[in-house]
Amino acid sequence: MDPGDDELIRAVLDGKTDHFELLIQRYQSRVFATARRYARREDEIEDVVQEVFIKAFQKLSSFRRDAPFEHWLMRLAVRTCYDFLRGHQRNRESTFTEISDEESNWLDRFNANPADTTEHSQAAKELVRKVLEQLPPPARLVITLLEIEERSVKEISALTGWSVPLVKVRAFRARAAMRKILEKMAREKYL
Amino acid sequence: MNIDQVQKKLLAAARADQPSDRVPYAFEKRIMARLKDSPVADVLAYWERMLWRATAPCAAIMIALSAWTFYTAQGNGSEINLEDTVLAPVQLASE
Repeated sequence: MDPGDDELIRAVLDGKTDHFELLIQRYQSRVFATARRYARREDEIEDVVQEVFIKAFQKLSSFRRDAPFEHWLMRLAVRTCYDFLRGHQRNRESTFTEISDEESNWLDRFNANPADTTEHSQAAKELVRKVLEQLPPPARLVITLLEIEERSVKEISALTGWSVPLVKVRAFRARAAMRKILEKMAREKYL
Repeated sequence: MNIDQVQKKLLAAARADQPSDRVPYAFEKRIMARLKDSPVADVLAYWERMLWRATAPCAAIMIALSAWTFYTAQGNGSEINLEDTVLAPVQLASE
């Protein structure tokens, strides 16, 4: 039988650092999925995940066992992803990409018949990625957690360390910012 | 174009686009090698250790100072001096 998280953590803290490898194996797929929501290039994703586990190793002594290790690790992962977004803010501003023909066609189809346009097309997925990349880091984080991962405000507060009212304010601003980007996109396309 | 509808549709598209949880081959080995190469000190743990070590000398200094204050205050009438000092502005005002 595999040892539990608590057992592994205790061993790592006692100096048996090799046991940390089992913790990485157990949770790396979840951390990779989280990192892929915020970073696009595979080398950036690997850097983010590596940073998450290095931080986890260094801060392991501060982990209190009142909540599962997974929750603690995911909190660390979300905060590292947020730091990544903030660090790459300048790149985001300088790499505005025009919408492709497929994305433009999807918008045309949506404009003609919103109900029959599928959200499962690759064009729609690419388009929303481009819109999210133009959002400021707090807005992107809150939209991803609230609207895409469908987490509650309370959960987001615990993950990010922001207070509940701050999450609500940032969610309101994020929706407004997203709307503004879409309005600009529509203006450029249809006027 | 109805912006609210586009926003809803695009968010639905993002929800439908589940990110892959694929892990590169032997990724955990890479992290372990990195951890072994550069054992970085945990600043918080170091700070906590130093604070604990400082507890005993601080307590000793506190006890020594308390004893010194207690014994020097006894018999030299310093309570009177203290009273004079504290009440000096009042006395000056009344004069």
